[in-house]
Amino acid sequence: MAPETATAPNPTPVVQDLKLTLKDPLVLQSGVTLSPVTLAYQTYGTLNADRSNCVLVCHALTGDQYVVGTHPLTGKQGWWDDLVGPGKVIDTDRFFVVCANVLGGCMGSTGPKEINPATGRPWGLKFPVITIRDMVQAQAKLLDYLGIQKLFCVMGGSMGGMQVLEWAVRYPERVFAAVPIAGSYRHSAQNIAFHEVGRQAIMADPDWSHGNYLEEQKIPKRGLAVARMAAHITYLSEAALHRKFGRRLQDRETLTYGFDADFQVESYLRHQGYTFVDRFDANSYLYITRAMDYFDLAQENDGVLANAFKGTRVRYCLMSFSSDWLFPTEESRAIVRALNAVAANVSFVEVESDKGHDAFLLDEPEFHQTLQGFIDGSAEICGLGARKS
Amino acid sequence: MSAVNTPNTAPPRIRVDLQQVADLVPAGSRVLDVGCGDGTLLAYLTRFKQVDGRGLELSMSKVRAAVSHGLPVIQGNLETDLSDYPAGAFDYVILSQTLQATTHPRKVMEELLRVGKRAIVSFPNFGHWRVRLSVMFGGRMPVTAMLSDKWFETPNIHLCTVSDFIELCKLMNVRIEAGFALDTQGQRLGFAATDRRANLMSEQALFVLTRA
Repeated sequence: MAPETATAPNPTPVVQDLKLTLKDPLVLQSGVTLSPVTLAYQTYGTLNADRSNCVLVCHALTGDQYVVGTHPLTGKQGWWDDLVGPGKVIDTDRFFVVCANVLGGCMGSTGPKEINPATGRPWGLKFPVITIRDMVQAQAKLLDYLGIQKLFCVMGGSMGGMQVLEWAVRYPERVFAAVPIAGSYRHSAQNIAFHEVGRQAIMADPDWSHGNYLEEQKIPKRGLAVARMAAHITYLSEAALHRKFGRRLQDRETLTYGFDADFQVESYLRHQGYTFVDRFDANSYLYITRAMDYFDLAQENDGVLANAFKGTRVRYCLMSFSSDWLFPTEESRAIVRALNAVAANVSFVEVESDKGHDAFLLDEPEFHQTLQGFIDGSAEICGLGARKS
Repeated sequence: MSAVNTPNTAPPRIRVDLQQVADLVPAGSRVLDVGCGDGTLLAYLTRFKQVDGRGLELSMSKVRAAVSHGLPVIQGNLETDLSDYPAGAFDYVILSQTLQATTHPRKVMEELLRVGKRAIVSFPNFGHWRVRLSVMFGGRMPVTAMLSDKWFETPNIHLCTVSDFIELCKLMNVRIEAGFALDTQGQRLGFAATDRRANLMSEQALFVLTRA
């Protein structure tokens, strides 16, 4: 993350805070009809005349639509600022980049934090359970509205990678290239287990008030912070944690023989937890983690993942990181195998990194270089021309 | 070496042995290059033969190089991962200078000819006279331009002669559509690999195979 003092002007022309309320209700995978549905989104770059240069970026569990530029709540740089922008890998001088806050999110899209028009009160737990497919269906309607029939590329990491797969499987005719990064075709038992720990931490906080905290003007800070702390460990590798903190002590020379944050790693996690609650809604965390848990592309294709990809013409590029134990390389490789089973067009690279799952958010030269090659090659084949270098 | 970023003019020079393989692939075919390295051949075939190409490569650093040139290449092991592909998925499957380094060459050959309608296979000829001299008079395992590693370092665990290979094809009921006797650089000698001179005189051989 850039230090707060870094105030270099961002040359990206940022279109701030766009919103679309869908004119039709959304029929969710659960069968429930949700209305109205609003999506908060950002766009970067310019849509070309034949509307063929759109890159849809899908964000992760706790990400949002602020891909680049300064985040309105945290003041930090956007989560993919290293990757997206003029002259960068996803070159906003060439591509029209769209990113929407997911359905169920808490940065302006319809979610449990927003007002349920039927009651005039926040949705809370009355909000219907949503799935990755519902998120993607909503995004497809946003693109309909923007007049974009076909995406040049849909890309994203982690839960974003799940949305990318859902896009490419559900709307193959609308996707030219798909880049699922550090993702999976289904949430593993271990990942569901970690999510359950997070949800239980939130629900164990008395301030959660059975999901009605907003009405009671409380915030389950402690529960949400613990959920974030546990999850944050899964985003890093043992090596990265060791390099960053080792067993170093926090602002002290010796152990205190108490339960204060003696170790730097404890202090760091507490900081991660307590800054998270200022920008994220606890109920959103419950809903979005649930959506990830429910995702399983194989199961809905009679247990055979390859069936999901039959006849696909989408160009896939899968990437994983060697030290990612949350979405390990094996998960990406299983997708590659399924794509090979239908002789699909697929590239697959495991990037050497000791930074764990979070590597997809970080400045990893090898990752960027590989992605650049795939994007440029695909753009040329798609008829968007060669990169100006 | 870029597949798509090179201006579409005269084909560049690629290694002679790769050029020999490239010349055998008809324009517009579906090709799987097994052990594609950094994708040099695949890039050439994509650019100048308009093939619909894929690559499989064991070395992750070579895969990264290929993908960052815009080529559809995946990291994988040919001895286990060919089985992922459906039968007849490709017009041509290429295995260049690798068969002799596999654990189960016969199984690999079967997979090549299941996945591809045709296979293009090349390998160093252990029957070449230099190899024979080295063993006969030197009493040592040969170290030549084609077989450049010492016995304890070489990845080549299943070396064979041209005659051995032809014998295996017969055994497997595989039809040899074409066979070329090549020198070290990959230049064609004046006779076919199926000519009786090839077993003694060729340093490597290149075959186009299909199911009989």
